Amino acid sequence: MSRGTAIELVYLLAIIGFILALKGLSSPRRARLGNLVGATGMALAIGATFFQPGLRHIGLIVGGMAVGVAIGVPAARLVRMTAMPQMVAIFNGVGGGAAALVSITAFLALDASLTPTYKILEILFGVVVGGLSFAGSAVAFAKLQELMTGRPVTYPAQQAVNALVGALILGLVLATLVNPTTVLVWVLLAAALVLGVIIVLPIGGADVPVLISLLNSFTGLAVAASGFTLDSNLLIVAGTLVGASGMLLTRMMSVAMGRSVPNILFSAFGAVVTAGGQVTEGRTVRASTPEDVAVLLAYARKVVIVPGYGLAVAQAQHTVRELADLLAARGVDVFYAIHPVAGRMPGHMNVLLAEANVPYEKLKEMDEANPEMDTADVALVVGANDTVNPAALNSPDSPIYGMPIVRADQAANVVFLKRSMRPGFAGIDNELLYGDKTVMLFGDAKDTLTKLVSAVEDL
Amino acid sequence: MSNGILELLTVFVLAAFVGFEVISKVPSILHTPLMSGSNAIHGVILVGAMLILGTAQSGAEQVLGFVAVILATLNVVGGFVVTDRMLEMFKSRRDERTDDTGEHRP
Repeated sequence: MSRGTAIELVYLLAIIGFILALKGLSSPRRARLGNLVGATGMALAIGATFFQPGLRHIGLIVGGMAVGVAIGVPAARLVRMTAMPQMVAIFNGVGGGAAALVSITAFLALDASLTPTYKILEILFGVVVGGLSFAGSAVAFAKLQELMTGRPVTYPAQQAVNALVGALILGLVLATLVNPTTVLVWVLLAAALVLGVIIVLPIGGADVPVLISLLNSFTGLAVAASGFTLDSNLLIVAGTLVGASGMLLTRMMSVAMGRSVPNILFSAFGAVVTAGGQVTEGRTVRASTPEDVAVLLAYARKVVIVPGYGLAVAQAQHTVRELADLLAARGVDVFYAIHPVAGRMPGHMNVLLAEANVPYEKLKEMDEANPEMDTADVALVVGANDTVNPAALNSPDSPIYGMPIVRADQAANVVFLKRSMRPGFAGIDNELLYGDKTVMLFGDAKDTLTKLVSAVEDL
Repeated sequence: MSNGILELLTVFVLAAFVGFEVISKVPSILHTPLMSGSNAIHGVILVGAMLILGTAQSGAEQVLGFVAVILATLNVVGGFVVTDRMLEMFKSRRDERTDDTGEHRP
């Protein structure tokens, strides 16, 4: 067996590992194992590549990998759980950037005038999609990290400008196919970067997770394109697996938000802050004290906790569990109602609450929790807003109309823990805040919860 | 060469079907870990970056290949480590380890 065949066999093992990894990651019980199988496959593939005949510059390769590890591992290990979404964005972006660079370098290495047109096309596809994914992910990172506004950025004739840049890219691709010069490829990359930025600018912060999933899928396709260029089954299969499953995942995530993917991409969701009809200025809310709310909670029969991004920001998951334990010890029936997109990413809340050792059976998915909401005495909304906004049900002009919500409005009492009256991530006002049965506790979620815990203890 | 491209296209089409089938029903709590895990898998572009740098002739190719290796490595290690940290949270619940102090790593 030749060395080349042996390496291809190891690559095949890696491919099997990647498929099993995706399968494992789709089921809660095998998810962690799946990730390890994927990592093992990756290690095999990288290891085998070192044995490729004629591979030079080994020192440079190892050096580059060392730099990547030295930056990537600490960044991934030290980042707080709340910042996970933007880490996924940035790691996806660098993958897209790498795919674009691989394609460009492949172009430099070949004699373009002797190369069949389809080879050039593969390279250009990798450059455009990889570059778009890189730039788009960078803007998504900036939005989630709050380096820039999370609101949609809009300007006149935005769609026309986007379409124009898209057409320019198509034209450049055609021009490069006819006249394959390096300069044209660099111009094409620049245009792809611009397109990545301007596509993401009008997308509101609440939709960014779906967007990251889409860009993740794009990076997969860019990697597959590089695989065509390099005649590598490994890259084609791994890239296509991610591209295809990523498309499906993007669709699942947008369905969980009650929206369609084109709607998310092109509607500049949340741009019109006053949409929803009601003029809310001059209306009053009822602010309460921790002591009053403690009494309300301690003498309730059933309390439903509805967590949102505010809980994650305040790192209040341990304190909320403490409060829930105290209430449970007093005989109150407590559970958590988890909206599928609570926080900034699907599953965000489950991860945070699991970190605080909240028992699994206390976490109820929205569909399971909603039928019970009308029997709850108190809905304790901790840093959530859009995911309990009744405008999604009864206000057809509202931008979130149609999104399923946790029916906190059906509980006998609603307590909001909020930092301020600022609207949620989607930028829309919430009617429920002004309701007759609603009281507000203003402040950082963790501080407020700590006060609630001591107030319940003092009862 | 036309046979070569056909073989690659066959592999591509089959892989696309596998990709669609393999993640049929995913509970919403796993959407983020799955996205993060597949993010790590496309880090396999590192193999492409190694091949490109390993066969680079000109200085420009070496520089671009070197940067590609760094970016791709970031994608691989960052992707797997972040995914593992997310999933670690799920695991500690079942094991009921006794570190019930409310402590958490930064």
